[in-house]
Amino acid sequence: MPRGYDPRLERGPQRAVLIAIPIASVVTGSLLPALIPHVATMPLLPPVGLLLLLAWRFLVHDVWPAWIALPLGLFDDLISGQPLGSAACIWTVLLLVMELVDRRMMWRDYQQDWRIGAALIAFAVFLGMVFSNLSGGGMRFLYIVPQIIITALSLPLAVRVCAVLDRFRWRL
Amino acid sequence: MAPPSPRRPGFSRRAQYGIFATYVIAVFGALLSLLLVVTARLDPTGHAALQSLISDITVPIARAGRAVISTVGGGGESVSAYFDAASKNKAMGQELAEARRKIIQGQADAVENARLKKLLGIRAVDNTAVATAALVASTGTISRRFATLAAGQRDGVVNGQPVRTVDGLIGRIVQVGLISSRVLLIIDAERTVPVKRASDGLPALAVGKGDGLLDIRTLVSGNNPFKNGDVFVTSGTGGIYRPNIPVARVVSQKRGETVARPLANPSSFDFAIVEPVYVAPPPPPGGAPAPDDTP
Repeated sequence: MPRGYDPRLERGPQRAVLIAIPIASVVTGSLLPALIPHVATMPLLPPVGLLLLLAWRFLVHDVWPAWIALPLGLFDDLISGQPLGSAACIWTVLLLVMELVDRRMMWRDYQQDWRIGAALIAFAVFLGMVFSNLSGGGMRFLYIVPQIIITALSLPLAVRVCAVLDRFRWRL
Repeated sequence: MAPPSPRRPGFSRRAQYGIFATYVIAVFGALLSLLLVVTARLDPTGHAALQSLISDITVPIARAGRAVISTVGGGGESVSAYFDAASKNKAMGQELAEARRKIIQGQADAVENARLKKLLGIRAVDNTAVATAALVASTGTISRRFATLAAGQRDGVVNGQPVRTVDGLIGRIVQVGLISSRVLLIIDAERTVPVKRASDGLPALAVGKGDGLLDIRTLVSGNNPFKNGDVFVTSGTGGIYRPNIPVARVVSQKRGETVARPLANPSSFDFAIVEPVYVAPPPPPGGAPAPDDTP
């Protein structure tokens, strides 16, 4: 049948696309820091994959089951240079905490989401430091504070990006 | 009214068990990953193989990005060279950097010469480069300082080899892929490089602080003998790094801590040179007094 004859009325969004776009965005976010041609002397770049994972979770509450963080985190570990399993563990814990938060606070406003997000990010970056120290590093907490602040401040931007992608995925 | 949440499916047993199963999977997965982190500490080689496979895939993209940026940056530089003062300034800056390198090298050579005169017959240091490649990316999101080098097994890079630029020491190879490898920078927190002061050969340790600077520690207790501006080069003690690669210059001293800035900027668009692992020569015979067992 020629393309023009596809029924356009009552054509729902495609299920595969609805799932694929959030996943692809997080994977791209994980890849992004490894593609920036700059050699960092301090951890300052926000972990973009983690930001997008949380942003999707804040924007669309039922976008992820908690276990999705396992494969996504494992992929992030392959790229970020953390010991394998680090992000897989941390991200899953974050999503499980979000489930608890959802049970406690059903109605949340934007600021509350941001505060919860900032706390989760601080926890994730700190635990990441602990894990990398376990595997031979010797980082001090003081030097990851700037990264935590930068990441927490870029959370709203990540939510905006997800909002654009969200509208896009329902239109496809 | 609160929107109906798919996480609260009401009285459907089936749906409730389904949700419970996702939690069980997530918790077990998290525990399993935690185990993986712990085993990464015990057996890093298997994990390294996976990670270097991925970096082999990402390195061509990063290299392309780097080429674009250095071209654009180069374009900016040539525009600025039209302005007379700017171009003069630039030339002078280059000369100064060159002269500085030579001074450090000269100081180190003088000390080395004096030492060699004492210990005649020491073997020559082999410092031919294994490979020359660009540092194309890094781990800017985590608290370890790794950089990705666009050279790997195919170029003869082997685990443990030191990496430097013309300005000074950068780090050493810790993971090798086919066309890329991972460099652990000397500025990584708690990384230690045995160094000596270029002017008089005073031994010390350069320890990464984690914020891009190095902490210079004396080997002997007592007064802090370092001054601002002191330059340190590798001493070759313990092998890996051959002697006399410039490492850092002291920039400040606070509360007994001597902070030094690395001389090599890994982000500059200079090429990084991979050198063979330096094997320290055996101690000179008769150096240590033999224990005498005369009654």
